[in-house]
Amino acid sequence: MQPANYLLRLGDNPLILGQRLAEWCGHAPVLEEDIALTNIALDLIGQARLLLAHAAALQGTGDEDSLAFLRDVEGFRNVTLVELPNGDYAHTTVRNALFFAYQCELWQALQASHDAQLAAIAAKSLKEANYHWRHSADWLLRLGDGTEESHARAQAALDELWRYSRELFTDDEVDAAAARDGIGVLPSSLESAWAARILPLMEQATLTLPAATTFCSRGKSGYHSEHLGYILAEMQFMQRAYPGAKW
Amino acid sequence: MNEWPLFEVFIRSKQGLDHKHVGSLHAPDAKMAIQMARDVYTRRQEGVSIWIVPSSAIVASDPNDKAANFDPMEDKIYRHPTFYQLPDEVDHM
Repeated sequence: MQPANYLLRLGDNPLILGQRLAEWCGHAPVLEEDIALTNIALDLIGQARLLLAHAAALQGTGDEDSLAFLRDVEGFRNVTLVELPNGDYAHTTVRNALFFAYQCELWQALQASHDAQLAAIAAKSLKEANYHWRHSADWLLRLGDGTEESHARAQAALDELWRYSRELFTDDEVDAAAARDGIGVLPSSLESAWAARILPLMEQATLTLPAATTFCSRGKSGYHSEHLGYILAEMQFMQRAYPGAKW
Repeated sequence: MNEWPLFEVFIRSKQGLDHKHVGSLHAPDAKMAIQMARDVYTRRQEGVSIWIVPSSAIVASDPNDKAANFDPMEDKIYRHPTFYQLPDEVDHM
């Protein structure tokens, strides 16, 4: 079960962020960004499918659909950062930059996983993540170092979201077991490379990092914010109302 | 929102040697225009290379000069290489 739990963590992050970014469809500030964000959302949902299908195979029950559509809040293993509401465009951009910098380092490392399936998923996802990171970093730079208003909004988003980045780098027994078996990596081992992406970007974007706090969210252990339930209500409605429906 | 300048987008397809004009978009700067063009115009594997040109940098011929520019070529069919008999061994012409 431990490897499956590790896979759930990897798969739930892109699933939930993909669902969040899809909310921008038809609402983004300009047409080109509408398409860009939904492109990214589709990449993420594609990654989630591969990872959850693999998790289901390791568990020996269910499939990617039952994992995505039939688990309740406490069964989800995504970090809290990805389930928070989109907020304004700066908020979405800051969250994306914090998360995609992490995904780049994660997929880079997981290409060496002893789980051949996971290594292949990592190699595919890394190409996508590199683009996701570039997209969010480029926008963050323009918002932070842009107008007075865009700077203020980006700074407010960073002040709000920074504390949630800490969870990305906490290790527990699931991570330790995955790392010991050569399947996964310790999240803490990715922090310095992540910081090497994020810190220069924030400086270039003229944004100030908030002071460190002891707060640490625990979404990846199943303790979620109140927001995840609302995401699931929308995402899972069809399967709940019409179980097994096909079209 | 469209104080953003307009850019023309050129895509080179996998088979093609040349970049072809595919459309235009608004973007805050040329670098973002490349990214947006990637999302808007290469979603279905249309291309392997993107060029971006500020629309303001394009100088176009005047539609009113169409007759003067192009009509004189109409009766000069001898400029087409259609009067040669190709040997049978030459393929793909």
